[in-house]
Amino acid sequence: MKIVKKIVLVLLVAFVGIQFIPTERNQSDIVPVTDFMLVNKVPNNIKSKLQVSCYDCHSNNTNYPWYNKIQPVAWFLEDHIKQGKAELNFSAWDSLSNRRKSSKIRSIIKQIESNEMPLSSYTKIHSDAKFSENDRNEIIVWIDSLIK
Amino acid sequence: MKNLKVTTGILAMAFLTLTAMSCKDAKKEHNYDEGHNTEMNHDNSDGHHDSDKKEMAMNSNQDGNAEMILKDYFNLKDALVSDDEAKAKEFGAVMKKSLEILAISKYTEEQQTELKEIIEDAVEHAEHISESPIAHQREHFKILSKDVTDLVVITGTANTLYEQFCPMYDKGSAWLSKSEEVRNPYYGSRMLKCGKVQKEIN
Repeated sequence: MKIVKKIVLVLLVAFVGIQFIPTERNQSDIVPVTDFMLVNKVPNNIKSKLQVSCYDCHSNNTNYPWYNKIQPVAWFLEDHIKQGKAELNFSAWDSLSNRRKSSKIRSIIKQIESNEMPLSSYTKIHSDAKFSENDRNEIIVWIDSLIK
Repeated sequence: MKNLKVTTGILAMAFLTLTAMSCKDAKKEHNYDEGHNTEMNHDNSDGHHDSDKKEMAMNSNQDGNAEMILKDYFNLKDALVSDDEAKAKEFGAVMKKSLEILAISKYTEEQQTELKEIIEDAVEHAEHISESPIAHQREHFKILSKDVTDLVVITGTANTLYEQFCPMYDKGSAWLSKSEEVRNPYYGSRMLKCGKVQKEIN
């Protein structure tokens, strides 16, 4: 019994302790001129879908939910965002060459088509980020038109 | 009294572990960023290109590096033809390296710009191939094939190549081969001979 108490206490202290470890926030008030939305004429419905479903991990500005301020969730998210931005950063879209843009668009289509993006771990929490069959088709058809 | 000591000890250890962990994490991050930067600088630094030139001179083969890229590409293609994910990973990684060291200084400015773009794109696909399951490898191979085809237009090659085309995979996909005989890298054993020669290069 005493042991259990001690373990609980240690875990509690550890939990409080890790809250003091700082994480890097992916937030910015500035929308850079290279942003995908600024260099492309994006229809409003698609704009909002991309914003809600993609921009949290694939842009310079994450819309953080409250629980992300709590560790260890914050670490988990930080890592995801870093990886996501390394793959594709909509904020830096126009800094890519045309070749890379069309390459990225092909990958975006593949990821959405195969339901790999948005990540299921993400849509579990953000149910509004989930794409319906209709959303998927709409986005794919539109984004495909960018490279045709 | 003894209990208090034990508890304090455990707490102290917990704190130490946490501190150590957080330091390690921060350090790792730092290294990652640094590595990334070095890599980027590497690509653009003149010193790097100079060393490439030396390497080229030693090979005494003007297109040595472009041929190396092609060699890796064909190895990668053969791995996909034989449905070998592990081998494809390996050759993806090898090809990434060959792409990164391509010497471009002898080309015109316009060609250099295009080569840089091709390489930047191809490196990314080769890297993905080196760490993805086979279905993804094939998706990336399709775009990589386009990159390599465009690369060969600029660099040329000593061998005759065949651009082959499979109308079934992803609304039609092309690839390059050294032999005229069709061996499909997108389907492997499932549809080994699907496709036709679309164009002869050289």
